[in-house]
Amino acid sequence: MQQLNSYRTGPDESGRFGLYGGRFVAETLMPLVLQVQQAYEDAKADPSFQAEIDYYAKHYVGRPSPLYFAKRMTEHLGGAKVYFKRDELNHTGSHKINNVMGQILLARRMGKTRIIAETGAGQHGVATATACALFDMPCKVYMGSVDVARQSPNVFRMKLLGAEVEAVESGSKTLKDALNEAMRDWVANVEDTFYIIGTVAGPHPYPAMVRDFQSVIGKETKEQMMEAEGRLPDTLVACIGGGSNAMGLFHPFLDDASVNIIGVEAAGKGIETGEHAASLTGGRPGVLHGNRMYLIQDDDGQVVEPYSISAGLDYPGIGPEHSWLKDTGRVTYASATDMDAIEAFQLCCKMEGIIPALEPSHALAHVMRIAPELPKDHIIVMNLCGRGDKDVTTIANLLGVKL
Amino acid sequence: MAIAPDSGRIAARFAALKAEGRGGLVTYITAGDPNYETGLEILLGLPDAGADIVEIGMPFTDPMADGPAIQAAGLRALHNGQTMKKTLAMATAFRAKHPETPLVLMGYYNPIYSYGVDRFLQDAIAAGIDGLIVVDLPPEEDAELCIPALQAGVNFIRLATPTTDDKRLPKVLQNTSGFVYYVSILGITGTKEIQADPVRGAVARIRRHTDLPIVVGFGIRTPDQAREISRAADAAVIGSAIIEQVKANLDDKGAPLPGCARAVLDYVAALADGVRS
Repeated sequence: MQQLNSYRTGPDESGRFGLYGGRFVAETLMPLVLQVQQAYEDAKADPSFQAEIDYYAKHYVGRPSPLYFAKRMTEHLGGAKVYFKRDELNHTGSHKINNVMGQILLARRMGKTRIIAETGAGQHGVATATACALFDMPCKVYMGSVDVARQSPNVFRMKLLGAEVEAVESGSKTLKDALNEAMRDWVANVEDTFYIIGTVAGPHPYPAMVRDFQSVIGKETKEQMMEAEGRLPDTLVACIGGGSNAMGLFHPFLDDASVNIIGVEAAGKGIETGEHAASLTGGRPGVLHGNRMYLIQDDDGQVVEPYSISAGLDYPGIGPEHSWLKDTGRVTYASATDMDAIEAFQLCCKMEGIIPALEPSHALAHVMRIAPELPKDHIIVMNLCGRGDKDVTTIANLLGVKL
Repeated sequence: MAIAPDSGRIAARFAALKAEGRGGLVTYITAGDPNYETGLEILLGLPDAGADIVEIGMPFTDPMADGPAIQAAGLRALHNGQTMKKTLAMATAFRAKHPETPLVLMGYYNPIYSYGVDRFLQDAIAAGIDGLIVVDLPPEEDAELCIPALQAGVNFIRLATPTTDDKRLPKVLQNTSGFVYYVSILGITGTKEIQADPVRGAVARIRRHTDLPIVVGFGIRTPDQAREISRAADAAVIGSAIIEQVKANLDDKGAPLPGCARAVLDYVAALADGVRS
């Protein structure tokens, strides 16, 4: 592993994390992308912007989220102490709202009057629809028609919140196509529209901006762990689709060399079957959606439709900073299959009385693999980034239960 | 301009158009749509149908700047086994038959990046390609392909758009060669109707910054529009409307009906009559 003085200085001026990142967008969007970058730089330098974010985080989102010692899970696994960072307790039920509040406040500063977003599982769509209701802004959410079908409760939630949900029928009709369609909308409506991207990907400054808004997860974890144990955790574990919840937990710890950091990708039916969403394990560097990242693609550079039981991890790419962290070796990336995740999902329900989303169930599956082998004084923090109400139908179908 | 490759066929064609006193017709088709054989038949017939410059789209699964017609064309081509190698083979066949018509490859970066930039440029030159238009490579990413292409002697044709203001235009034009492609609308290909008056204004604005020929595209559908826009600039680009003719001549399984290529070429001939009338 290459040793750097700091892993927290990226991206550079052109939006690169090493080879990854950048601004691979059509010229129509480029002036706007530069405006967003400038507006974000200005906002960061303005204490009132952070104060506004903090206000809504505390009074609307419900932060800080608890750092919870999962006692029964720990005893059951018989090794390391397992803590959950409870971001599923946020308003709207996942970490997505952290980023949405930051971006919508920026959109307002820029004088934009219309919001668009893409969504896979629907969590980012719901968070965006929520914030748009709060600030009385029209909102259009693009969602692949396949995901509309498998996440119908979230579709209805978005509609209740006043958003227009557009079922995307192009391409493979999932998250990547929702992103394509949102970018097409953006190109046609650059004057008044702000695109709230849901993950740490897209053209610079999005990967860095989304990471910054999500880093509240890691910052809180650090403080809460000092309070609970008087020291840093030994291992961090988070699931990865595009990688926003993981980046939020990891980033504040990147320069703490004693902390082992693990991202868990969705292996679907198994990497060897080709039906997976593990971009880092099964992909190679490519350019899509405005940035270079690890990408699942065929020999000819065509994007291959990923597969995972979890609609939120079902993305062929992964954020550029994760791509870079993999190459540097600072973060280790593992994977968990659908079946691993379902087993973890059920165990979490029974052991802790928490119904987790299928996404963090992948992270929990990896915790279940490593915790038994680790000593009892080893501390693991897992990001429980979403709650599983939205997945109840999927699980019921899988278990052969009729609701 | 940092590096200016010899614009060769492109410059010669625009000089000839000027001598004829008319605007040009630039046609776009997606390589391998609806399949290799029919796609090649269409491609090879374009100059005789009246196309002055030919653009071949390199199909991509995720064409973010394109509307439904070109998206579907790309998927049809990929479904029928189109690859970068086959696209370059089509270009080679075109060049063998038509030594003088400028040929431009248009598309997105990832298939080129995956093929390998150096290898791609070598093979594109061998195939007789005159220029490249790569939608998702703005000047901010010039080091990726633009500079290597110019150094290898391949024109890099940049898109300018309604959002490219006077402050940004010099940056966009800096490493552009061959011609400038003005995107006439805010939006994706084939979705909005073009308006001639704003186009005239935009072309005049771009002319203040460059001597390169200016072509205009996105939203031209009829021979009348082709004539009007080709005169407002140096040439008009038509893509989606041609591709819709391909689609209209497929059976319900997506296979070309007899006479598919002829029908598409007849449509191009009507557009060509438009710019010549």
